[in-house]
Amino acid sequence: MTKAEITSKVNALLAEEFEVEESVITPDANIKKTLELDSLSLVDLVALIDNEFGIKTNGAEISKVGTFGELYDFIESKIA
Amino acid sequence: MERRVVITGVGIYSCLGKNLDEVKQSLWDGKSGIIFDEVRKSMGFRSALTGHVDLPNLKGVLSRNQRVYMPEQAQYAYMATAEALKNAKLDQDYLDAHEVGLLYGNDSSAEPVVKSVDTMREKGDTTLIGSGGIFQSMNSAVTMNLSCIFKLKGINLTVSGACASGSHAIGLGSLLIKWGLQDMVVCGGAQEINPYSVCSFDGISAFSTRESEPAKASRPFDRDRDGLVPSGGGATVIIESLESAIKRGAPILAEVIGYGFSSNGDHISVPNVDGPRRSLEMAIREAGIRKEEIGYVNAHATSTHVGDQNEAKAIASVFDDYKPEVTSTKSQTGHEMWMAGASEVIYSMLMMKNDFIAANINFENPDEDSAKLNIPGQRVSKHFDTFLSNSFGFGGTNSTLIVRDFKG
Repeated sequence: MTKAEITSKVNALLAEEFEVEESVITPDANIKKTLELDSLSLVDLVALIDNEFGIKTNGAEISKVGTFGELYDFIESKIA
Repeated sequence: MERRVVITGVGIYSCLGKNLDEVKQSLWDGKSGIIFDEVRKSMGFRSALTGHVDLPNLKGVLSRNQRVYMPEQAQYAYMATAEALKNAKLDQDYLDAHEVGLLYGNDSSAEPVVKSVDTMREKGDTTLIGSGGIFQSMNSAVTMNLSCIFKLKGINLTVSGACASGSHAIGLGSLLIKWGLQDMVVCGGAQEINPYSVCSFDGISAFSTRESEPAKASRPFDRDRDGLVPSGGGATVIIESLESAIKRGAPILAEVIGYGFSSNGDHISVPNVDGPRRSLEMAIREAGIRKEEIGYVNAHATSTHVGDQNEAKAIASVFDDYKPEVTSTKSQTGHEMWMAGASEVIYSMLMMKNDFIAANINFENPDEDSAKLNIPGQRVSKHFDTFLSNSFGFGGTNSTLIVRDFKG
């Protein structure tokens, strides 16, 4: 999966799950602020990444990922 | 001094309709809300009959972070509560500024438990259950969600009293108001409808197997009844002190004048006569009325052999030679279980406000005990201003409410 494909898929999934406009998901935007994630919905982000990309992660690890750009990199590194 | 308790708003989301107008029409028409559910048959159910109501679409109504914690029955309860608050002329500003309580009947939340365990077993990782699982799984799922959504600040408690849960919720709420501990309580009952919630109930052969005729399967008091039909939804009854209602210029619909309760102290599933009889007598005593003032009895009768038989005996014993109309709206709805005590108050109020008694549909032939009651198999045009509503549950818990049209 190319970086562009990851970006496109992540943006679409997050927009649907967390009910935001896809246009607000930009590489420099903060994930928690943009998606209005709290400690509970962070768990749903972990589950989403596992379900859609088969990537095992956890709340502690994912909470260190600050921006969407970092999330694309994180997923790319785990897939690779 | 004890305070008077009035009903100022009601809301309903049931297999007879998704709002008060639809439900009133279904009651008038004698419509059945029962269907045959192919999914249950494929799952191994003995009876695939169930009440049915579509899940409300709350996307765009509530945020994602509000919806994710709501199991099915909390969604039904939300719909009923939104309607009740609107009818009671209550807005968020009022709820923010007052200590409004919440007492709602609910006694299971099976589907989220099953799905959580399935995910854990499949994935071997509890995180993947997601954030909603724990909140959806608890018996208090309805009250925890409604209290947060509507920002309620008074008592916040789920009443789990089996099939009398909704009735006890209203009864206990009325006591809190009567004693001056709360001015207003949002009461009600909710019931999940999914197969997981009732598979074990089906397993004890409690359900009607008249699958070829879903609309005729629930036949309380009829000689040929063969079991209940599970059902569900949400029903909300807003009660408040008379002073509170007058002060805010609320529409006063009716008054809760009596709450009776008892425990059979007997068998876990088989009801007796003495327990229900004592519940009825206590409600009449607490209401301070003569039994002849009760114009209609909404029976608990679920369409099981022993349950209906023993309730008929209890009613006949209490009312003696006075014969008010007795019906079970479960003939139309099936058994709404945790919700039933609240929904049946609403069904009865709709009848009282519109001068009719809905038919006890499918009542074709009485048995020895139901023959002693006045059970109309057809709709009756009748003005009445006081009704009694029974709700009984597993473990022998009994609740009886008496409600009177508001007379000032």
